[in-house]
Amino acid sequence: MPHDHHDHLSPSGHPYRADQDAPLTYWQTMEIAMRELLVEKGVTTHEEITAQIEAMDRRSPADGAQVVARAWCDPAFKAELLRDARQSVIDMGFELGPMNLIVVENTADVHNVIVCTLCSCYPRNLLGLPPDWYKQRAYRARVVKEPRKVLSEFGLNLPDDVQVRVHDSTADMRYIVLPERPANTEHLSQSELETLITRDSMIGVARAKAP
Amino acid sequence: MPDTVKVRAMFPPGHIRTPYYLRGKIGTVERALGPFGNPEVQAYRQTGVKRDLYRVRFTMAEIWGDEAENPGDTLDAEIFAHWLEKID
Repeated sequence: MPHDHHDHLSPSGHPYRADQDAPLTYWQTMEIAMRELLVEKGVTTHEEITAQIEAMDRRSPADGAQVVARAWCDPAFKAELLRDARQSVIDMGFELGPMNLIVVENTADVHNVIVCTLCSCYPRNLLGLPPDWYKQRAYRARVVKEPRKVLSEFGLNLPDDVQVRVHDSTADMRYIVLPERPANTEHLSQSELETLITRDSMIGVARAKAP
Repeated sequence: MPDTVKVRAMFPPGHIRTPYYLRGKIGTVERALGPFGNPEVQAYRQTGVKRDLYRVRFTMAEIWGDEAENPGDTLDAEIFAHWLEKID
């Protein structure tokens, strides 16, 4: 009975989040001290820090979807994207910072999926924050060993004649998958196509949505 | 013909980006990525020298042997040159 424990659940049935009454941890204290020093010495300002947090929060899979939809519509762009993804995406106006990017293309014969077994490397500048499952040991350990089983648990069952390529982001590259363009989308505009391109389809645990 | 390489089966302490499950495994160079800072020294605030980084492709059969889910599926990982030895 999910609604029985009134002491721990809000009227909507969600657990209350505990207030942060504990003392600051070592690293919280360190972060505050460092931030205040940088502001005091004129290296940065509170406004700059807030603006940067807002810029980071604005990143989302919709950014990656713009790149993918353009690649579906523009063969010359797609060829250049597969050759030099970083420059192609920068040329579209995205801020990648120092992030190196490789785009891997799904076809009728090949399905790509991305992981970082060592930690949680993810193309944040293009997709925003990674989902929690991407950072968990279960996904990281299993997708390199039994990718087809993991994909089937996401609802993606691949035929045996489709080759699965797992990409482990072990060093300086970040990856996105260029999913296959769904069938019966010839009549859709580039911006309509963008709505079919999900975060999961760019990690490679799903296909792009059908229209 | 892409180069065939073997990941060195070394087990040094420290901050190592070569995944344990690929050490001693044989793959082919998918592409050369160019020189990058070496995380093994950067983790200790040393600049060090840049090392060439490669994307190496392994078959699941090579990595997992008889336990492979589908032997012909592949895994690509980025491996620094000093972890690779070229084999014929």
